[in-house]
Parts: sequence; structure tokens; C-alpha cells
Amino acid sequence: MMMMPKFILLWTDLALFALVALCVVYAWHVRRTPASRATWSRVAKHTPAMCSAVVLSLFVLIGLLDSVHFQPRLPAAPGALPTAPVVYAPKVVSLLDVLLSDTALVSPEKTYSAPLAWKQFTKESILQEGGASVRDFPRLRFGGKHLEDPEVQWLSDVSFRASMGALAGLLFTVVVAGIVWLVRARPPQAPPSGVPWRAMLITFGIMSVFLGVTIALASGYHVLGTDRTGNDVLWQALKSIRTAWVIGTLTTVAMLPPAIIFGLSAGYFKGWVDDLIQYLYTTLTSVPGVLLIAACVLMMQVYIDTHPDLFPTSAQRADIRLFLLCLILGLTGWAGLCRLLRAEALKLRELEYVQAARAFGLSPWSILYRHVMPNVMHIILITLVLEFSGLVLYEAVLSYLGIGVDPSMNSFGTMIDASRLDMSRDPMVWWTLLAAFMFMLAMVLPANLFADGVRDAFDPRGGLMNVPKRRAAWAKRLKGGVS
Amino acid sequence: MARYVLRRILYGFLILIGVNLLTFVLFFAVNTPDDMARLAIGGQRVSADAVEKWKVERGYNKPLFFNEQAKGMRQITDTIFYQRSVPLLRFDFGESDGGRQIGWEIKNRMGPSLALAIPSFILGLIASVAFALVLVFFRTTPLDFWGVVLCVLLLSISGLFYIIAGQWLFAKVLRWVPYSGFAGGLDLIKFMALPVFVAVISRVGPEARFYRSLFLEEMGKDYVRTARAKGLAERIVLFRHVLRNAMLPILTGTVSALPLLFMGSLIAESFFGIPGLGSYTIDAINAQDFSVVRAMVFLGSALYIVGLILADLSYTWADPRVRFE
Repeated sequence: MMMMPKFILLWTDLALFALVALCVVYAWHVRRTPASRATWSRVAKHTPAMCSAVVLSLFVLIGLLDSVHFQPRLPAAPGALPTAPVVYAPKVVSLLDVLLSDTALVSPEKTYSAPLAWKQFTKESILQEGGASVRDFPRLRFGGKHLEDPEVQWLSDVSFRASMGALAGLLFTVVVAGIVWLVRARPPQAPPSGVPWRAMLITFGIMSVFLGVTIALASGYHVLGTDRTGNDVLWQALKSIRTAWVIGTLTTVAMLPPAIIFGLSAGYFKGWVDDLIQYLYTTLTSVPGVLLIAACVLMMQVYIDTHPDLFPTSAQRADIRLFLLCLILGLTGWAGLCRLLRAEALKLRELEYVQAARAFGLSPWSILYRHVMPNVMHIILITLVLEFSGLVLYEAVLSYLGIGVDPSMNSFGTMIDASRLDMSRDPMVWWTLLAAFMFMLAMVLPANLFADGVRDAFDPRGGLMNVPKRRAAWAKRLKGGVS
Repeated sequence: MARYVLRRILYGFLILIGVNLLTFVLFFAVNTPDDMARLAIGGQRVSADAVEKWKVERGYNKPLFFNEQAKGMRQITDTIFYQRSVPLLRFDFGESDGGRQIGWEIKNRMGPSLALAIPSFILGLIASVAFALVLVFFRTTPLDFWGVVLCVLLLSISGLFYIIAGQWLFAKVLRWVPYSGFAGGLDLIKFMALPVFVAVISRVGPEARFYRSLFLEEMGKDYVRTARAKGLAERIVLFRHVLRNAMLPILTGTVSALPLLFMGSLIAESFFGIPGLGSYTIDAINAQDFSVVRAMVFLGSALYIVGLILADLSYTWADPRVRFE
């Protein structure tokens, strides 16, 4: 009988699922509106953007799987009465954890081990059978434990698993390609849709081969090694993906309300409203960003520490910290979008249809909502996708400075922060840092390419926003860049 | 013109007051003076007397905004807010919670910060513009395409990676430069080479791409067509006409970043062990030394405002069509 676990809805889960729902609603809206359908079909013809979308969808999948949290039900104690209350495990796990439960990813070792290793990275005193102790590299608890004579078998075992994984990936690609081909079988005379199916399939193929190899190797080894406390690095990186999504999406969503309300009303009403709002955001931007964030994060930490009863589990505490961090980043970062929207509203208010609406006696708020808002939506959308990659990179810096996410929460920043001394070891422990940076690159590069595609489609002349300027805005919050 | 500048300066002053109020509320809402005292005294020695003594020594024993016991003007002036904020407006930073003169520290640490910031700013600008020019010169060839790809790749990599990889490659493997540290004189070049190089690399990606689009926009203008129609070589069109015209917005845009160079850069200074203002700020955040953090916030905002005013002025100077009356 399937035992129903107790589902836990963390704040960030709620926000992420709300975002997904919003995306679905938006997609439905796009389908029904010819104009936006035409714009989005321009994105669909943009080859780098579509290939990036394929890669990003894998990250989305991992992030969403990691967002379904629950406490599994513990099996009833032997001899317990059938009426005994149901007991749930104290630890909150996610669907991703359950999927990975039998792999190397959740079997910790004692300490460092290199990628795909079968013995530990550091020497240890091992007791021989005779009672004498030898200093040697001990075998790992999980990595390569199925090997009887690892010195000989290791290479053949690894290459066998890798090739089987690659084969499975290829087969999967062929199946998917067949399905795609069947689904979009169209009459031969129909014009080509322009969607770069072949490039997308190649991307998908590379990705699934990669995935197949990783999964096959993870069945017996730690693919990316383990860190100082023996935790699998690949597992940490996978868990960090969700954090990166939360930071990248929720922050921009958090900055939308102040940016839209202030920006549009400053541009539309002009006069003293404009002066006031300009004063507000100039003051906010003139404070060095990191220091403002540091002050807010310290304040938040004090609040969390003084209200322990509100957040019973440590997962919930870490989660509320992440959620509030997004709010803080959003509330300290809305000035850039606000300035853009103000400039656009200043232009729009002079247009005939807005003047006509005013002449009809519509209230200013309904003019803003009905006539101005829809015409700045593309700016908001472009900002949403452009900010994402900058924020993912920014999180790492903030966590490194100790004002980012909770140290117990997996994120690229905490991975880098925790392994900052690994580099100075000899021989060097390079895999944690490299894994964190590679995963970040694998997420940020497609995000940047996709953002470029969206920008090209919505703003073909590129006049509205200068990408590096927006990105420089984040860098500037670090007072002259990360460098 | 003078009236315009005066108005901007007054506005900047108004913003500084706002920043002052904002940081005061933020920092004193986080930690009451009692908390600060407990943190600073630390450990076993915390007692009501010691806390009181610490507060009296630093003037934290007064009410926050309004002193009911005092009379007249002293109701406003005899408060923590007045005593701690008004001197800031005179750039008198007072003592840190650790008991050292903040102004003295800032004066001493400005040098190392500038030693890193000025070379990386100038070289970064030159490198980005040069790279963008190459891309524009070879536009419509594969070189341009792959150059843009390189830019996107460069800007997708975390800045932390450049620092860590640079230290690994040049200090650990090749042993060309020291890992970190700072020294005056000729050694300065040795210590600054890697940080400056890393800073330049991490700037090239986003900036070269931006300048490329700026140059391309300029290429579509009428005067360029005229120059080509005169029979000028593409090289001359690019360097003599396009570069000069496009440099104006680039230079005026960077003017606003100039004053902020004083603030140093947080991450690089802490990684490379440079005793500048950036590492000073990080240490203050970690030690929760609020006097220092507030002083740095104030200095940063003041410099930012100076940058804004300079940028406005440089617009009028560079482009006579712009008038602010």
C-alpha cells in the first residue's frame, strides 16, 4: 500500500509554483493573441535561443522536482496498534531526493574523494588483520565498492558503464526524434515553420548522451567526487539549481510591483509625483548595493533568530531566509527597471490614444492599467529574462561575502565559499570549485542566449535597452564590478 | 550653467540626507546600542555596567531621534541620530566601534584601492574598445560571430572564477606572480599584475559587446556613408570618423564611474589581500562594525552623486547641443 507522505509547502515552493502557473496562463494568452504569437514565433526561429531553451528546460525540470517537498511517512513500529498516530520522518525531502535515493549521490563518504575514484583522496591508518596499522588510501564506502580488484577492473568498468549510458542516451534521442517527426508530419507543400528542429534535436541528443553517461556512472561512482565532509559534489550542484532558479526568478518578480507602480506613475503624472519618485530611486541607487543588502540581511537574520517558533524546521528557516533574500534583492534593485518604465510612460502619455482616453474622462489609474501597461509589457518581459543570469552570478558573490543564502542551503555560492581553502591544499582539490563554476556556466550561458533571442524578437532595433548596461547595473552594485 | 550646477549640488545634498536617514534607520533597527555593546565587549565580561560604560564612551546612551529631557534645540541635537549623522555631512567620520579613526583609515587605504582600480579601469576600457573595434572591422565575417560568442561566454562566467583560476594558473602553476599581498615601490607591479589582468578580462565580455553595438549603430549613420562615398578606406572611416564620434558617449558614460574607483572593489581586494577600502568594508561587515559600514555607505553615496554631476557636466561639454537650461 502506498503510504501518503505529508506534503510541505515552503514559501519558495509556493512562489515557484505560482510562477509556473503564471507562465502557463501567459502561454495561453499568447496563443490567443495574434500579435504576441507572432513575436514569440520570432523567438522560436532563433536557433541559439531555442537550443538554449532545450537546455534550460532540463534545469527547470530539476528545479521543479526539487521543489516538491514532503516528510515521508515512517513505517509503523512493530507491534504498534493500528490506531496509533501516523509518524512522519522529521527530515523534509524533495521529489528529487527520492529519485536519487539509490545512487551514489546520496551515499556520503568520509572525506574528499576524486571524481570517479574508488579510494579515498587522503591517507589514513588502516588496521591490518594482524593488528599492525598501515598508512594508505582506504577504499571508499560507495565509490567502486562492487569492484573486487579495482586496480585492474576500474578502467574497463568505468568505460563499460559510460558507453552503456551513452548508448541509452542515443536510443532515447532517436525515440524522441521519431516522436517529434511523427507529431509534426505535415503536408509536403506547407511552408516550413522555421523552427530549428534539427539544431534542437542535436542539442537534445548531446544533452541526453551526457545525462546517460552521468546516470550510468553515478550508479557506482561519485561522478564529480566528494567534498571535505564526504558529500557528493554532483548532488550539491543539482540541489543548487533550485536555489539559483529561486534567486533568479523571484527577485525580478519582487522588484516588479514597485518598479511598475512607481515608474508608470512617475512618467504619467509628472510634476511633484515624478520628483518624489526620482528622489526615492536616486537615493536608493546611490547607496552601494552590497552594503544596503548586507544591512537588510543582518536585520532579517535578527528577526529570524528572535522568532524561532515561526519556523520550526531548519529547512523552513533556510527557506524563509532565501525567500526574504529575494525580496531584499528585489526591493533594493527596482530602480533600473523603474527608470526605463518612467521614460517609456513619458513617451506614451503624449500619444493620441492615451490623450483620447483622457478626453473620454477615464480615470488615470484605468488609463495606466488599460492603455499604458500593455504597451510596456515587453520591457518588463525583457528585463525578467535579462536579469536572471546576472542574479545567478550575483548570488554566488553574496554567499561568498556571507550575506547570501543560509550556509546550510545548497547553492553555487555556498559551494564556492565552503571550498575556498581547497585550492591551497596539495595536491589540489579542484572538483568542487570546478563543478560549481561549470554548473553555473551551464545555466547562465543558455539563459544569456535565450535572453538575447527574446530581446531580438521583442525589441529588434535594440534601442530600448542596452544589455551590458543592465548587467553593469548589477556589477555596479558591487562598487566597480566583481573584479 | 552655474545655476544648473548649483541646483544639482543642492539636489545631491538632499539625497545625502536621505541616505543618512535610510542607513540610520536600517542599522539601528538591526542592532540596538545595547546589542552593539554586548557584541563589542563580548563573552564573559558583559554586564549591565560594562554595557552602560561602553555606550557612554561612544555616545550611544542618548535617545535615538528626540530627547525629551533636553531643552530647546538640544532636544534635536542631543540624540544619537544628530551626533552620529551631522558630522558625516562634514566628512568627519569619527571613530569606529573598535576605537580607531575612520578618516585616518580611509586616507591610508585609498592608495592601495586606487593602485588596483585606476590601472584596471584604464586598461579595461582600452581593451574593450580595441576588441569591439576589431569585431566591427571584421563585421559580417565569421571572426565577428565568434567574437560575439566569446563575449557572451566571457560574461556568462562568474567573476569569482576568473580570480580563482587566475590565482591557480599564474601564482600556483606558473609562479609568475605572488598569490596575494601588497607592497609599495616597484614590487607594486608584481602584486598588481594579476588583479588588474583579472579585472580587465572580466570587463571585456560585457563591455566589448556593448561597444560593438554602439559602433555598429554609428556605422549606419549618414556621415559614414558620406565618408565612404568620398572613397575613404574602411580603416580610415572606422578610426577617424566612427571611433571619434562613438567615443564621446563611451567617455561620458564612464565619467560617472570615476569617483567610485575610490571605493575599491570588494571581492578582488579580499581575494588578493589588498589593504584597500573594499577589504576594509568586508571586514567591517563581518565584524558588524556599524560605524565603519555607515561611513563607507555615506562615502559611496557621496562619490556616486559626484559621479552623476560629473556625467551631466561632461554631456554638455562633449555635445554642445545638450543644454540644461
